[in-house]
Amino acid sequence: MLDFIVTFINGLSLGGIYAMIALGYTMVYGIAKMLNFAHGDIIMVSGYILIVFMGITGNIPLSILISIFFAGMFGVLMEKSAYMPLRGASPLAVLITAIGVSYLLQSVAQMIFGSAPKYVVIANLGSVNLFGLSIQLYKIITLAVTIVIMVVLSLFIKFSKTGRAMIAVSEDRGASGLMGIDSNKIISITFLIGAMLASVACTLYFLLTPNINPTFGAKPGIKAFTAAVIGGIGSIPGAMIGGIFLGIIECFSNSIPVLSPYTDAIEFLILIILLLVRPTGILGKKRKEKV
Amino acid sequence: MALLEINNIEVYYGVIKALKGVSLEVNEGEIVALIGANGAGKSTTMKAVMGLIKVKEGSITYNSKRIDKLKTHEIVKMGLTLVPEGRRIFQELTVYENLMMGAYTIKSQEKIKEDIKEIFSLFPRLEERKNQIAGTLSGGEQQMLAISRALMSHPKMMLLDEPSMGLSPILVDEVFGIIKKIHENGTTIFIVEQNAEKALSIADKAYVLETGNVILSGTGKELKSNDSVRKAYLGG
Ligand SMILES: Nc1ncnc2c1ncn2[C@@H]1O[C@H](COP(=O)(O)OP(=O)(O)O)[C@@H](O)[C@H]1O
Ligand SMILES: [Mg+2]
Repeated sequence: MLDFIVTFINGLSLGGIYAMIALGYTMVYGIAKMLNFAHGDIIMVSGYILIVFMGITGNIPLSILISIFFAGMFGVLMEKSAYMPLRGASPLAVLITAIGVSYLLQSVAQMIFGSAPKYVVIANLGSVNLFGLSIQLYKIITLAVTIVIMVVLSLFIKFSKTGRAMIAVSEDRGASGLMGIDSNKIISITFLIGAMLASVACTLYFLLTPNINPTFGAKPGIKAFTAAVIGGIGSIPGAMIGGIFLGIIECFSNSIPVLSPYTDAIEFLILIILLLVRPTGILGKKRKEKV
Repeated sequence: MALLEINNIEVYYGVIKALKGVSLEVNEGEIVALIGANGAGKSTTMKAVMGLIKVKEGSITYNSKRIDKLKTHEIVKMGLTLVPEGRRIFQELTVYENLMMGAYTIKSQEKIKEDIKEIFSLFPRLEERKNQIAGTLSGGEQQMLAISRALMSHPKMMLLDEPSMGLSPILVDEVFGIIKKIHENGTTIFIVEQNAEKALSIADKAYVLETGNVILSGTGKELKSNDSVRKAYLGG
């Protein structure tokens, strides 16, 4: 029973990281109507930015804030340079461009930092005793950060003018233009938020796996994408639920010796089965196209 | 100079030429109607004015300024608005939130509050349903909401694309009554209708569009008594 609770908490905390990344996929998909295949690589870029600034300043909290800021700017730059010129182009052209951006980022990172993994120590956090359970502190922190971010993001979307404009653009870009909303600006803000969330996820992921190489973003990226699709791509609560769900599955599967070698396969199998039963994911809706 | 001038515009969907040189004028304070059969290019004309589709040739001026290269949101800020075909209200937002979206360009929160009060006195049914998700409203209520939402931006000129579509005769009368009221309050109206009878009876001036060309124009009365208009659009 105690093992069960510990595994559950592990799952929540890993799922929180997935959810934060999944939010980037799902918001960009919902609002810009595109799959940002390079979203996972923002995690990697953010990781290297963090390392560089830790080297320069020696101040870890400051470096984390700087990496969040620059990752956000980087997301906006990516959108403006690679995707904005393709507004109105075929979805296939946009997808291929996104794959290209992903390879470009990985190659540039390899040229600058080499392909060998770099060891990153953000913090050596110990464990805490909670009700007789020994739980690693970083898992509690991850969980707390995730909850705070999700609550703030949900409130922002529901109650701020910009947040509502995001819902409006995702539902009907033409009609939101008629309200006086500049959809390009809203799309940029979406990329900004998505990239900043990926950067926070990156820092938390470092606590889990303190190694970075140029393909560092690929694994959490693909997992989070799976989570976004499970939750219903385009749906913000869906990304949260999908992320947590996948994190829990992953931790339970890893905790069972016979299943643990097949964890990735099990996750994708669940995705496939779910899509067969419910093609739109848990909370997804059918999309209607409008001019 | 007219408030809105459309000069010889050509608009394409891919290789299909939907507008083949359309010209028309709307003067300040007028109600102008654009009628024509399904597929004539009425909606395309409205989309072109609002910057929702690219104008390939010709020009559009509003208040003596070229607007045919502007983005939709910039055109809206100049005081134009469109109640689009099929209403296009935000289904996932509440009635109240839809109205707030309409007020996106308005800075003063007090003004927005006052406007919403005014809208609710005009449409009591919307007030009763203000926290309801807009997608669950009836067709008539959705049309009222679409018109109200457009009013929230304080337009000088309102474009309406087939506001009577899919409504029962009683609701059609109600919608036209509201349009007249909006006009009396000083808003210039440019309306597209397949319900030519209704549109011509309130219009100061009207144009007839046929497969991308304006083939006739005149006062509402003139067109109503025109033989070919009667045959084609008024059922004899
Ligand atoms: N999104 C579109 N793609 C291709 N053709 C279109 C599109 N919208 C309209 N058309 C075509 O343009 C012409 C004018 O359409 P429209 O302006 O919607 O007519 P109306 O509003 O008068 O019924 C029609 O032939 C229609 O088939
Ligand atoms: Mg039409």
